[in-house]
Amino acid sequence: MEIDFKLNQKPARLKGDGERKLLWALRSDFGLTGTKCGCGMGLCGACTVLINLEAFRSCQVPVKDIKGKEILTIEGLAENGRLHPLQNAFIEANAFQCGFCTPGMILNAFSLLLKNPRPSEKEIIREMNDNLCRCGAHQRIVQAIQIAAPKMNGRKR
Amino acid sequence: MNGIDRRQFLKALGGGIIIFFSKSDLVDAQTTPSDFNAFLRIGEDGRVSCYTGKVEMGQGIITSLAQILAEELDVPFHSIEMIMGDTSLCPWDMGTFGSRSIKIFGPLLREAAAEARAILIQLAAERLGLPLDRMELTSGVIRDKKNPQNQISYALLAQGKKITRRLEKKPPLKPASTFTVSGKPVSRQDALAKATGQAKFSGDIRLPGMVYARILRPPAHGAKLKKVDTSSAEKIKGAQIIRDGDLIAILHSYPDEAEQALAQIKAQFELPENKLTPENIFNHLLKVAPGGNVIGQEGNLDQGKKVASTTFTETYLQQYVAHAPIETHTALAQVEKNKATVWASTQRPFGARDEVARALNLPPENVRIITPFLGGGFGGKNYNGQVVEAARLARLAGKPVQVAWSREEEFFYDTFQPAALVQIESGLNGSNQITFWDYRVYFAGDRGAQIFYAIPHHRTASHGTWWGAPGAHPFATGPWRGPASNTNSFARESHIDLMAAKAGVDPLTFRLAHLSDKRMRRVLESAATTFGWLPAKAPSGRGQGVACGIYLGTYIATMAEVEVDKQSGTIKVKRVVCAQDMGQIINPEGARMQVEGCMMMGLGYALTEEINFRGGEIRDRNFNTYEIPRFSRMPKIEAVLVDNPEIPSQGGGEPAITCMGAVIANAVFNATGARIFELPITPERFKKALAKGV
Ligand code: FES
Ligand code: FES
Repeated sequence: MEIDFKLNQKPARLKGDGERKLLWALRSDFGLTGTKCGCGMGLCGACTVLINLEAFRSCQVPVKDIKGKEILTIEGLAENGRLHPLQNAFIEANAFQCGFCTPGMILNAFSLLLKNPRPSEKEIIREMNDNLCRCGAHQRIVQAIQIAAPKMNGRKR
Repeated sequence: MNGIDRRQFLKALGGGIIIFFSKSDLVDAQTTPSDFNAFLRIGEDGRVSCYTGKVEMGQGIITSLAQILAEELDVPFHSIEMIMGDTSLCPWDMGTFGSRSIKIFGPLLREAAAEARAILIQLAAERLGLPLDRMELTSGVIRDKKNPQNQISYALLAQGKKITRRLEKKPPLKPASTFTVSGKPVSRQDALAKATGQAKFSGDIRLPGMVYARILRPPAHGAKLKKVDTSSAEKIKGAQIIRDGDLIAILHSYPDEAEQALAQIKAQFELPENKLTPENIFNHLLKVAPGGNVIGQEGNLDQGKKVASTTFTETYLQQYVAHAPIETHTALAQVEKNKATVWASTQRPFGARDEVARALNLPPENVRIITPFLGGGFGGKNYNGQVVEAARLARLAGKPVQVAWSREEEFFYDTFQPAALVQIESGLNGSNQITFWDYRVYFAGDRGAQIFYAIPHHRTASHGTWWGAPGAHPFATGPWRGPASNTNSFARESHIDLMAAKAGVDPLTFRLAHLSDKRMRRVLESAATTFGWLPAKAPSGRGQGVACGIYLGTYIATMAEVEVDKQSGTIKVKRVVCAQDMGQIINPEGARMQVEGCMMMGLGYALTEEINFRGGEIRDRNFNTYEIPRFSRMPKIEAVLVDNPEIPSQGGGEPAITCMGAVIANAVFNATGARIFELPITPERFKKALAKGV
């Protein structure tokens, strides 16, 4: 089957088995390696991408489900070389150590801020809870999201 | 032992000014000299490259080593390029572990930089026709003190040159008081790449014609393959099956297709009889334990016992804990004729090189390991199984092969923090002084076992190491962040706490009464101030705990506050403060991040993390049953850096994790009066301790 969709704002097409998981298509077919695999079972969030601006775990999404949708990966977040407020905030707060969980953290946080522009600390913790970080950068990740929130200025992406 | 040949190396490097090792400097450097490997190079464009066999796995040395270099060379921090863990370019290195990068490699790097600076000044003086003492150096430019207009840059000096120098004599170093980069916060070298998804980890490297491997695995350690049928897997389009002895793998140009093909392989294994479980493991370990090494003793235990009015005998237990970095073990190998190149997530690139050389029967200099960023290591990536697998498969297939372990494989092949026990016998006299301390640790390792409290009669013995011993563990064990010290600190600090409680003395006061070591007193006092420690007798509403320790020259004191729910047995850590004295601090922000990360990660082995197993069968294979600390467990975390510039930099990547088990157990005691003797403190164990009464 043929699947047409938008990938980081550009038209893209996948052919073949619609049951393949989006994560592997992104990493191997499109060479977008910023999306990571940490568990392959929907348990860690390292593979989080946005589908129509909502966070999904790409290791669980069959590519047939993205037909006609817009996919946003970490590579597509900065626009014309300008970093997204969340990327700036993660850098400012040093919200990562090894950085392997970071793309998933940033995209999950983005989805959160789109739904809830001024989340409380409790809400951040609840929404981020299933994104795992082994390095223990949690406190700084929460801070980064708090730094980024007011800088979003109602932006839609 | 050696890397590529010196001529080749210099050719590859191009022109500039290059500083080499000399053997005499390396005695203590966990570094075997290979004559021709450079330390640092000032290129013809003025850029400074640093070559180190250390790897960046999140601990931030890519930044702090660059700081050291920028400081000593007087160049802008951002003109430094770090080349790490490339066995063909970097000096030999034992590996990145034990918090030793800054402590041991740092001083060597400083000296190399000072040497380079001396050469540059000399060259500049020659070029400008001025005496040496007229030269002044700032930001990569050397100028005439009397006529600052008269100046020359490093880049110009290095142009068209190929100056190689050995680091022989010790050049004078800049005094710490003049530092402008070291000890100051700087932005990280790797920040932008990691925030934009551009940072390359081993699994992100792509080569033309590469394929992805999935490997047939046994259901349990020690299982033997009886029968295998690969016929239906073979029918999958594009799948290639490789069989080489016990290594059976599917290769495919898409990783997910390889996975599907693997599922088609029908295999039968014979399982060995092994009845070990988390319940009976400790009895077993005691039975098979080798004799102990006495690692410290003083006085006479019998004497100590005689003057004791109360004695205490307890055993402390620690279950197996996984490393579980979010990036699993990954490697991409390319083998061409008699040369192999492997991109690998490893903490020991040079070890991996030798292992690949052995497996492929190649001379080590024909093997190059390149280490991209690591997505965490914590000791687990000292084991290089995936590197050898990728190299073997790449040779057999004749194309580049990526081996990226699945999470299930990662748990299965992990070299766990060992299950271990500690037996302590001790005594108090009538004036609440500890009279003797008899300490035996089994299978944790001896690091951090030494007693640092002032006790007249004591003895410490260590049986076995974190590597285990034949017949000890049903699977592999190894160093885990803060190796041995998590278990030793839990035992020591729990036992001290227990005696303090019996004596009716506040545990902080009790510790201070037995401490003459100034550094230890200072970290305890700093922690107490920030924490706001107030004596509160157990069971108290405060739920506060204290623990302290020494890890390879770094001193830490940790205080925690917990809230417990006796019904459900849940323990919520609300706050943790850790004061750390790591000597001179190169990168304060980086150090703080490490301390915070240690505290967060340490919640896991303290509260939830333990491997469920039956013999060699690992029952926890993913994050659904193996629970690592997540946001909802996050306490308020405070890292206090106790500056101590008189002492050279000690390691900071591990110390703060080592007291987490103890401090939480002690806080639980303070909250409830229930003493914890086994980690992790699961709700079941906590409720059992409660039921046992106070
Ligand atoms: S890789 Fe998809 S959730 Fe872990
Ligand atoms: S920064 Fe390493 S896993 Fe989160």
